Amino acid sequence: MTTPHPDPLLLDGAEFSSRLIMGTGGLSSLHTLEQALLASGTELTTVALRRYSPGQGDTLFSLLERNGIRILPNTAGCYTARDALLTAELGREALETDWVKLEVIADEDTLLPDVVELLDATEQLVARGFKVFAYTSDDPAVAHRLEDLGAAAVMPLGAPIGTGLGILNPHNIELITSRADVPVVLDAGIGTASEAALAMELGCDAVLLASAVTRAQDPVAMATAMRHAVAAGRLAAGAGRIPARRHAVASSPMTGLVDTDDPEDVPRGDWAPVREGR
Amino acid sequence: MTAITLNGTPHAVPEDTTIVDLVAEAISRPLGPDGRPLDGGRLGMAVAVDAIVLPRSRWYRTPVVEGQSIEIITAVQGG
Repeated sequence: MTTPHPDPLLLDGAEFSSRLIMGTGGLSSLHTLEQALLASGTELTTVALRRYSPGQGDTLFSLLERNGIRILPNTAGCYTARDALLTAELGREALETDWVKLEVIADEDTLLPDVVELLDATEQLVARGFKVFAYTSDDPAVAHRLEDLGAAAVMPLGAPIGTGLGILNPHNIELITSRADVPVVLDAGIGTASEAALAMELGCDAVLLASAVTRAQDPVAMATAMRHAVAAGRLAAGAGRIPARRHAVASSPMTGLVDTDDPEDVPRGDWAPVREGR
Repeated sequence: MTAITLNGTPHAVPEDTTIVDLVAEAISRPLGPDGRPLDGGRLGMAVAVDAIVLPRSRWYRTPVVEGQSIEIITAVQGG
């Protein structure tokens, strides 16, 4: 009998103790992928859907099944709502889940979401009974629209897929998380652990990443780092951080100091130009 | 023989082949009438015929028809 996790991630009624969702792309060795997934502690991973070719194919599926990792099929590579609908239906049939990570991209250079097609596809997929995890831009208005259309989660990007640029607009991400009534998952752009922690500190419910781990020189070490970063960011977000201030506040007592000859010798800091804290 | 396009390439199957036969042959794994592997476990595959998903429960009684474009899809690594 396992004790319930004190702070589970809830997605469409399902509970996860890990708030790190992993993509599976970017590693040529399935063995290393498995080690990285296990090190990350993830309980949910995305997969793509492609033509079966003999001698390959169900290995990834059996790897995930064997490790009890839930599968979230994506619609990567789709440019229109029509393509995304077919891919989503294939994913539901192949993987026996009505969850779908909906990606509708504008062009292959930026891989940025085409939000017009995305909103259209979300509406149609929700009507067909899908639970839509919508990969979107960091636009708070679009995130709000997706939620209105019935998305199960909104997944704004930190930066374009695979860039590792981190969170380019933390203000927007914070606006999205502060107003959302569905889970917000920071998806794409993460390069290193501090950025995953920042996503959680900005109020995200989870982080989804792939390249940061799978293309790292040591994927298993980075997966471990991400696991800790996401947990640390979550704890910090709920811990009530101190306000940033202009002047120092001593953490050691300022009384009971040994005598100085002249109290007027204590230097004052008011001569220094001070930058406004955040 | 029946000429079709399978995963984008020309392919020929014997007359009276059904979708379940086609999938079982492609993956070298016997399938039951319900479209599930006879050796247990889940299959993790889907079939689209002329860009329409065909539920596995219908594979067994769906014949492969001359000229069809059939896709067999599975999970691969992806973000």
